Amino acid sequence: MPFIPHTEEDVREMLAAIGVKDIEALFDEIPAELRSAGLKRVPPGVSEMAISRDMAERAAQDQRTLCFAGAGAYEHHIPAAVWEIATRGEFYSAYTPYQAEASQGTLQLLYEYQTMMASLTGMDVSNASLYDGATALAEAILMAVRSNRKAKSKKILIPRTVHPHYRKVAHTIVKNQGIVLEELDYDRQGGHINPASLPSEPDSFVALVIPQPNFFGVLEEVDALTDWAHQHGGMVIAVTNPVSLALLKPPGEWGETGADITCGDGQPLGVPLSSGGPYFGFICCREEFVRQMPGRIIGRTTDLDGKPGYALTLQAREQHIRRSKATSNICTNQGLLVTAATIHMAMIGPAGLERTAASSHANTQVLLKKLQAVAGLKPIFNRPVFHEAAIGLDLPTADVIQALAAEGIVAGFALNEDYPELGNTLLVCATETKTETDLDHFVANLQRITSRGQGTKNPAEPKMA
Amino acid sequence: MSNIPAELRYTKSHEWVRKNDDGTLTIGISDHAQELLGDLVFVDPPEVGTTFGEGDDCAVVESVKAASDVYCPIAGEVTAINEDLADAPETINADPYGDGWIFTIKPEDDDAFMELMDADAYGEMVAEEDH
Repeated sequence: MPFIPHTEEDVREMLAAIGVKDIEALFDEIPAELRSAGLKRVPPGVSEMAISRDMAERAAQDQRTLCFAGAGAYEHHIPAAVWEIATRGEFYSAYTPYQAEASQGTLQLLYEYQTMMASLTGMDVSNASLYDGATALAEAILMAVRSNRKAKSKKILIPRTVHPHYRKVAHTIVKNQGIVLEELDYDRQGGHINPASLPSEPDSFVALVIPQPNFFGVLEEVDALTDWAHQHGGMVIAVTNPVSLALLKPPGEWGETGADITCGDGQPLGVPLSSGGPYFGFICCREEFVRQMPGRIIGRTTDLDGKPGYALTLQAREQHIRRSKATSNICTNQGLLVTAATIHMAMIGPAGLERTAASSHANTQVLLKKLQAVAGLKPIFNRPVFHEAAIGLDLPTADVIQALAAEGIVAGFALNEDYPELGNTLLVCATETKTETDLDHFVANLQRITSRGQGTKNPAEPKMA
Repeated sequence: MSNIPAELRYTKSHEWVRKNDDGTLTIGISDHAQELLGDLVFVDPPEVGTTFGEGDDCAVVESVKAASDVYCPIAGEVTAINEDLADAPETINADPYGDGWIFTIKPEDDDAFMELMDADAYGEMVAEEDH
C-alpha cells in the first residue's frame, strides 16, 4: 500500500480553508532567483569508471589552501582516530536512539558528551546538541522568553559583536513571535560592549546576549555585563567558542551569579571545516531552566537488576508527543558530529584542549606581531583577543583576499559588508595548526600585496620582507 | 474504578472543581486523569493574578509518559497556586483531590460552577471512555 498522507481532495480543502490558490503560492515569499527550476532533462547515464574518473579530476582541481579565516569556523588538528572511531558501524548513524534497549552505547556517549559540555561551560545541564551555533542562539532566545516570566517585554539585547550570521538567523526564527532583537553598538576603540555605555535604568528586557570571545575575537567584560543584566531582571545568554573555554572563565562563573544559558557552535571540537558544514550547535543551562531547554537529555539510571543504564529523559516535551506545544520544533540533533566531538574531547582530554587553546592564542599573538613589524598592519581594536583579530587595510579587503587566494592562502574574513563603518578590515585567525613558516609566508604575501597597492615608487620590484 | 467524590464538579478534559466558602474555586486533575498519565514528574502552574477564559490552557502536568495541558474550567483570575507541587509533583498521584490541588481561581460568574458535570455524569463519561 503506498503511503499517501493527503489525497488531492484533502489538499484542495486545506488550501480553500486558508484561502490560498495552489501549493506554489505558499512559496511566494522565497525570492524567484533562489528557486530551483528543476531539471530540464536528465543527462544520459555514464559508467562507474567514467564517473569515477570525472570526480577524481574535479577533486584534483581543489588546491591545498593555507587558511587564516575563522569567523565562526576554526581549523584545528583532529586526531586520525576520532573519525576512525566515529564512523564505525556501531556509531555511524545520525539518528536519535529512541529505543534505549538497542542503543546503550550511543546513549552512554551522549551522556558523556553532556557531562563534558556542562563541565566546560560551568552549567548544570547540556542537551544532546542542536543544528548549529546560529540556531542554538535562536533556541536560547526562545528559551529565555519562556523562562523569564517577570520581564514585561519580549525584548532581547543583542550586541553587534555577536556573529552577524547568528543575528540574522535568530531574527528570522524569532521575529514572527513578537520577539524584538535590540542591537547594542560596540566601542570603536575596544571592539567590545563597554559596560559603562549601558543605561543605568534600562526598559524591561528578557535577556542580554554576551559573546565570548566576540565576533572580532575580542574578549568582552563578561563579569560586568552579566551583573548588569541580572541587576535589571534580565537573563544572560552566553555565546561561546568551546575551545576558548579551556582557558577562559566558564560562563557559569561570570559575575556574581553566572550566565543562565550558554550556547554556541561545537565545530571546533573535532569537526572539520569541510566547506561550511555540517557542524553542530550546543546549548547548556542552569538546572532551573531545564524544562524550557529544547531537545532531549540522556539520563543515567539503574535497571531492574541494579545495573547502570542510560535512557532519554525530558522527551515528553518534544514534538513527537507535544506537537505544536513542544518546547521546540527544530530540535534537530547532530548525532554523528557529537559522536566525533565526544571522542575528540575524550582523546585530547582537558589538558589537550587547554594546549590547543593556548597554542592558538599564542600563534595569533605571533601573527599580529609579525603583521605589524613586517607589513605595518595593526589590529583596529585595543582590547585583548583570543585567537582572532580585526586588521585594518589600506586596500579594498576583497582585492587582498582575491590576490592571496591566487597564492593558495585564505587571508581571512572581510568585515566591510557587515560592519561598513570599519572600512577595509580583515578578520584573521591563526590556530595551533599554523607553523612559524606558515605565518611568515602569509605575512610576506600580505606585505607584498599591500605595499604594491600603496603605489610604492617601483611597483615592478616590490619590497620583500 | 477510580475515585470520583460526589461534592466536586468535573470537566470533559478531566479537571475537578471544588467550590470554597469564600467563593473561590479550587482546581486539580481527577483520579482517572492521574491514573492515565502515570507518575507525575513536573507541574508547570499558572501565575497568580493571570486571568483565563473558560477552556484556556493554563497549566501543564508532565508525567514519565506525556506532558498534558490543564484547561481552566471556568473563566476567572488565578488567586493561588499549590507551591508544594514544585518539589513534590507526585502528590497529585497520591492525593489528587486533596494535597494534589493545582490552583484556585476567583470565577467571573458564580453560577458557572453548577453548569459543570456532576460526579454521576463524569463517572458515566469515564465509564464510556473505558469501553
